Amino acid sequence: MPLIEIADLCYRYNQDQDWILKGVDLKVDSGEFVVIVGHNGSGKSTLAKMLNGLLVPDEGEVLVNGKATSREENIWEIRRQIGMVFQNPDNQLVANIVEEDIAFGPENLGLESAVIKKRVEEALEVVGMDKFRRNAPHNLSGGQKQRIAIAGILAMHPKCLVLDEPTAMLDPVGRKDVMTTVQELNQELGMAVVHITHFMTEALLADRIIVMDQGKIVLEGTPQEIFSQVDEIKKYHLDVPQLTELAFRLSQAGLDVSPDIFNVDELVEKLCYLKSKI
Amino acid sequence: MLDEIMIGQYIERDSVVHKSDPRTKILVVMFFITTVFLINTFSGYFILAGFIYLATMMAKINLKRIIKSIKPLTFIILFTLVIHLFMTRGGDVLWQWRFLRIEEEGLRLGLFMALRLIFLITFTSLLTLTTSPLELTDGLERLLNPFKRIGVPAHELAMMMTIALRFIPTLLEEAQKIMNAQKARGADFESGNLIKKAKSLIPLLVPLFINAFRRADDLALAMESRCYRGGENRTRMNVLMLATRDYLIMATSLIYLGLVAILL
Amino acid sequence: MLLEVKNLSHNYDLESSVTDYSLQDINFMIERGQFVGLIGHTGSGKSTLVQTLNGLIKPTTGQIIIDDQDITKTKNLKEVRQKVGLVFQYPEHQLFEETVFADIAFGPKNLGLTEQEVEQRVKNALEVVNLDYETFKDRSPFKLSGGQQRRVAIAGVLAMEPEVLILDEPTAGLDPKTRQEIIAEIVNLQQKTSLTIILISHRMEEVARLADRILVLDEGKLVLDGTSAEVFQQQEFLQEIGLGVPQITEVLMKLKNKDNMIATDIFTIEEAKQEILKLMRG
Repeated sequence: MPLIEIADLCYRYNQDQDWILKGVDLKVDSGEFVVIVGHNGSGKSTLAKMLNGLLVPDEGEVLVNGKATSREENIWEIRRQIGMVFQNPDNQLVANIVEEDIAFGPENLGLESAVIKKRVEEALEVVGMDKFRRNAPHNLSGGQKQRIAIAGILAMHPKCLVLDEPTAMLDPVGRKDVMTTVQELNQELGMAVVHITHFMTEALLADRIIVMDQGKIVLEGTPQEIFSQVDEIKKYHLDVPQLTELAFRLSQAGLDVSPDIFNVDELVEKLCYLKSKI
Repeated sequence: MLDEIMIGQYIERDSVVHKSDPRTKILVVMFFITTVFLINTFSGYFILAGFIYLATMMAKINLKRIIKSIKPLTFIILFTLVIHLFMTRGGDVLWQWRFLRIEEEGLRLGLFMALRLIFLITFTSLLTLTTSPLELTDGLERLLNPFKRIGVPAHELAMMMTIALRFIPTLLEEAQKIMNAQKARGADFESGNLIKKAKSLIPLLVPLFINAFRRADDLALAMESRCYRGGENRTRMNVLMLATRDYLIMATSLIYLGLVAILL
Repeated sequence: MLLEVKNLSHNYDLESSVTDYSLQDINFMIERGQFVGLIGHTGSGKSTLVQTLNGLIKPTTGQIIIDDQDITKTKNLKEVRQKVGLVFQYPEHQLFEETVFADIAFGPKNLGLTEQEVEQRVKNALEVVNLDYETFKDRSPFKLSGGQQRRVAIAGVLAMEPEVLILDEPTAGLDPKTRQEIIAEIVNLQQKTSLTIILISHRMEEVARLADRILVLDEGKLVLDGTSAEVFQQQEFLQEIGLGVPQITEVLMKLKNKDNMIATDIFTIEEAKQEILKLMRG
C-alpha cells in the first residue's frame, strides 16, 4: 500500500470559483523523494494542504496509509504521520525558545515529559541545531528557523515530510543547508519527502519530479526524463538550470551531449572528450 | 531594546531563587505585594526592605539592577509624593510659603505612597529578573488551572502569552522596516502637530496589522499541522514540580508575615 | 559623477540589530546611467549600505556625495530620498492604501506635487511595470496577485522619479515567470531612461547578465569592484566568501583551464553555446 494515495482529486475554495485542482492522481511510496514544481496558481500549494487534511477534497479521495483525510476521526493520526513545513520561516514557530518550540508537537500528542525531551534532543541533532537550543527564534537566520521548523515536525516521528516552498524566502546559504537536511532525512532516516519548490536545481535531488499546471499534473518522471525536455519545461513557465539549458542547446546544435547532465565537471569532461576525437 | 521586550528583564543566574518553581515565586510576590498595601508603619517597611535585600542576595542579583528598574517610574513616584505633600491635610503645619503648605499627614502619606510604589516595582522586577517569561506563562497557567471549572481559559491565556512573546520582536522589527520603507517614499513621522502625527502613522499601522493577520493565518495552519487542538490531552516537556526549596521559600514568607503581624 | 561614496564606515551600537555587519571604509563612484550589481552573502552589509545611500541610516563616518551634495550633512532628507529611490525586500508588505492609485500616489504627494503631476506620475509608473492604468487604479492592492502587488509596490518608488533606483532583491520569493517579467521591466526602464540602477541579488547569473559593474561586499568591506567579467574571474575568492559564479562561467573557466582557447566573459546561454561550438569546430 502506498503511503499517500490520491485519486481523482478536485477542489475549489468557493462554489462560485474556478476549480483549483482538476482531477489529480498521485501516489507517494514510503521513503520516496518527490518534488512538485509549477508556477503560482498551478495548484501545488493547495495540493500540499490536502496531504495532511488541512483541506479536504470536494471530489475524489486522499488516503494516508489507507485512511481518508475526509473522515474526522482520522485527522490527528494523519497529521502526525504527514508533517508539514511552510514557506515563511517567521510564521510557524510558536515558542520563543528553540527547544520549547520543537517540543510543541510532541506535547500536543500527549507524550510523557521524558519521551518529549528525548525526541527534542534527537531532532535538534538531526538538523544540526543543538547549539541553538536555548536561543530565541528571532535571533536566528531564515535557514536556521526552517531547520527548527523541520525539527519540530521530526519530533512527532512522522512518516512523510511535506515541504511547501520552504526555501522560497531564504538566501543561497540557507537554501543549501535546508536542502542538505532534507536530503539526509530522506536518505539516512528513510523518510518520504514531498518537496514543493520553484527552484529547479532542488528538483534534481528527487526520485521523481511532478510538474503541475492549471490544477493538473502535466509531466511526471525522473529528473533525467524531465530535464531532457527543456522546451516542454519552459512551456510551463519553469526555470531550467543554466547548465541543463546549455547542454540542451549544444545537443540541438549537433554535439553529442545529453541534456540530462547535472554537474559542471561532467559537461566539461564530455566536451573535452568530444574535442579530442576531432 | 528588542531583547528587553523579548526576555523581559530576565537575567540568567544559578541561584535558589531562579531554580524555584514559578508558581512559588508568583504566589510569594503576590502575597508580598498585598502586604505592601496593608503595612502603614515605617518599621514594617523596614522589614520589607530587609526581605528584599535578602532575596536579591539569594538570587545573586545586583541591587543596582533593581534600582535601575525603578528609574523609568521616578516621575510618577515624585508626582505622587508632591501631590500628597501639598494636598493632604492634617497634623501640624511643617512649612508654609504663600498658599503652599505642607502638613504632617501629607508628608507621612506622601512618603508611604512613594515607598509603596517603589516596593511594588521592586517586587515585580524581582519576579521578572529571576523568572523567564516562558516560566511565568507556565506558572500562571498552572495556577489558573483550578479556575477552569468556573470558566477561566487558563490554557488559552497562557498560549496567547507564549505567542505574544514569540512575535513581539518580529513585529517590532517589521514595524521598523515598514517605517523605513515609507520614509523612503517621503513619509514624515516626526514633524507636525499631534493630529498630523497620528495621521502619519496610518502608512505604518495598516501594513503592520495586515501582515500580523497574515502571520496569524499562517501560524494557525502550522499549529494545526502540528496536531494542536487546544489544551485537551496536551502534556508538557517541562513539568513543574515543587521542591524542598519551594517549601522553604514559602516558610520564610510565613515568618515574615508573623513579624509584620506582630509589628502591626 | 552622480554618486560618490568616500571612506564610509558605520557601526551599529551594540544594543541594536545584530543581524547586519557594520560597514568599513567603503569607497566607490557611480556614473549616471550605470547598472550596478551589489552582491554579498546575508549579513555582509548590503542592506546597511543601501540604506545609508538614501539617508535612512546616518553613517558613523564618511561622505556620500550625490549631485555635488554631501547627504550625510544635509537636513533635507526628503530631497535625498526623492533622488535615491529604495525598493525594499518584499515591498508589497508596505502597501497600505485602499486603491492602487492612492498607494502609488503616496510618494509623489509627500513631495508636494500638484494633482495633475501626481496623476501623471502614477500613470507613468504603472506603465513601466506593465499594469494598465484604467484597469488597476481603483482596485484594492490587497486583492491583487503576489506578482501584481510587487509591481504596484515598485511603482510606488518609481513614482518618486529618483535619479538612482536601488532594488533590494526585487524578485525574491516570486515564481520564475513573474521574476523574468519584472527583470525585463527593469531592464526596459533602464534602457529607455538611462536611469542609474543598483540591484541587490543572490542570483549570480542574473547579476552577471544585467550589470555593467559589480560591487562585492564581505563583512562590511568592499572586496571587489569591476565588470561582470572581472569579478566572476575570481571564482575561488567568491566561493571563499560564500558566493558562487554562474554555471556557464564555471563551464567556460574549466574549459579554459584545460588549455582551451575560449572566452570566459560570457553571460548568456546563447553566446556560451556559440563560443563552445566555435571551440569544438576548431
